[in-house]
Amino acid sequence: MTDLRKPVAGEPGWRRPDLGPPATDLLEIEHLRKCYGEQVILSDLSLTVPQHRCVVLIGASGSGKSTLLRCLNLLETVDDGVIRLDGVDITDPRVRADRIRTQVGIVFQSFNLFPHMNVLDNVTLASRVVHQIPRPQAEASAMEMLERVGLADKARARPDNLSGGQQQRAAIARALVNRPVLMLFDEVTSALDPELVGEVLGLLTELKAEGMTMLVATHEMGFARQVADQVVFLADGGVAEAGPPEQVLADPVDPRTQRFLRRIIDAGRL
Amino acid sequence: MNTPTSTTTASGDRWTPSEIQLQRLAYRRSRNRRSTLIAGSSTVVLVLVVGWAIVHTQGWPRFRASFLDVKYGREVFVGILKGLWLNVRLMVVCEVIILILAMLLALARSLRGPVFFPIRAAATIYTDVFRGLPLLLVLYLLGFGVPALRISWLPSNSLVWGAVGLILTYTAYNAEVMRAGIESVHPSQRAAARSLGLSHGKTMRHVVVPQAFRRVMPPLLNDLVSLQKDTALIAALGTPYYDAVLQAQIEAQTTYNYTPYVIAGLLFLALTIPMTRFTDWIARKQGWTTAGATV
Repeated sequence: MTDLRKPVAGEPGWRRPDLGPPATDLLEIEHLRKCYGEQVILSDLSLTVPQHRCVVLIGASGSGKSTLLRCLNLLETVDDGVIRLDGVDITDPRVRADRIRTQVGIVFQSFNLFPHMNVLDNVTLASRVVHQIPRPQAEASAMEMLERVGLADKARARPDNLSGGQQQRAAIARALVNRPVLMLFDEVTSALDPELVGEVLGLLTELKAEGMTMLVATHEMGFARQVADQVVFLADGGVAEAGPPEQVLADPVDPRTQRFLRRIIDAGRL
Repeated sequence: MNTPTSTTTASGDRWTPSEIQLQRLAYRRSRNRRSTLIAGSSTVVLVLVVGWAIVHTQGWPRFRASFLDVKYGREVFVGILKGLWLNVRLMVVCEVIILILAMLLALARSLRGPVFFPIRAAATIYTDVFRGLPLLLVLYLLGFGVPALRISWLPSNSLVWGAVGLILTYTAYNAEVMRAGIESVHPSQRAAARSLGLSHGKTMRHVVVPQAFRRVMPPLLNDLVSLQKDTALIAALGTPYYDAVLQAQIEAQTTYNYTPYVIAGLLFLALTIPMTRFTDWIARKQGWTTAGATV
């Protein structure tokens, strides 16, 4: 397993030039099961995400997209199955969860920025507190990241003085300073006004182009079609259909996928 | 008052109020003048009627002599004010200790996992007991009971035990307030902090407690006002520590004139009313504390 990546000023840690043939699977999920009490959310889910690839999760509300992402970030304990990150079983209870979480970044639907800190402090918190990096260095690399997401001029602003799109880009910057090897995006544009969706999806597209490995839960079918290497349709607690976007979105095989996509087309969202 | 015919806003937008807007403004102004006049005159009438009624009640001269004796009041004022200084010092020292202990207690009660069951249980029992006991009873038990044990290494000073009683009781109240504050921080804030790799302790310290503390500022100040006046209860422990109430009591006992109590009461009000207003002001300013709290 790669060492805890300490953010340092300079090259972004996830920028990798090799975008050649599919490398090893960075993330492997086997027979994952997750229940909340009696309610089974994920019954038997298997999925792999190759390195430097973008996998998009689609599915109806309540199909378990968010639950899956929370399991991958160890915010939930799984009820059965194995999750391997870079070959290491992270569902092993002996694993140090805080250490894994610094390698897997997650961005939430409702941003979850810390309202009592300005943007810069939000972004530097993990560097200062988890990695014990002195404030000046932490701020230098955080400013680079904010520059990267186009928010350098908002570094001293409080989250509630930002638009939804700016808040979400700040949240992405916050997740990126840990130099994660895998990024999880949980419906990151669902809470945004329509005219602000583009700036966030644009950022995701750039991250993909730079070689970040990403797992994206979204209702934005346009994004899925243009950016995804693979589209995965979740239904009934498992993977109903998976494949390249042009196949899953245009010519779905599974009847559940067909029904879901028809509803989306009827709503004018495809 | 002359009506503006044409203004230019900061953004450079020229605006001339329309005829109908001018009429509306004139109407509102006349309504406001009328309301102010009515409120002012009715207040004056009420004060005059109540004042006349009080002064003409049977027994008013006796009341004034034993409660509002200005000359006697002036004599005892300085003594009582010195007593109040003890109350103020007691309040400050106690509040500092209370805030620290209450926070530790609240954090102990928010610990999760079976390992921490004894700590959680102890903290819960403590808050239940000391919120339920009358403060005066706690003061008697500690202030008279403990020194009577004559245990050599324990302080025999009743003032110290009075302070301990205040601290024990108010820590229980403030711990509950802080626990409520900690639990009011949305779980998504915890999730966001943990997802960045922060441990439970670091999440509490950097993310949850700072937000919780801001939110519970008004109720904590409320408890501080309460503590401020409850320091008067140490008068029950008697000499040789003369707080404002004990000082007033000694005066009143010798003369059977209750003016000293009135003076002590007014002095406490002079402290607590500004504090209460300050608390209200902080509560109104809540904008800066809860902003962005909607996950």
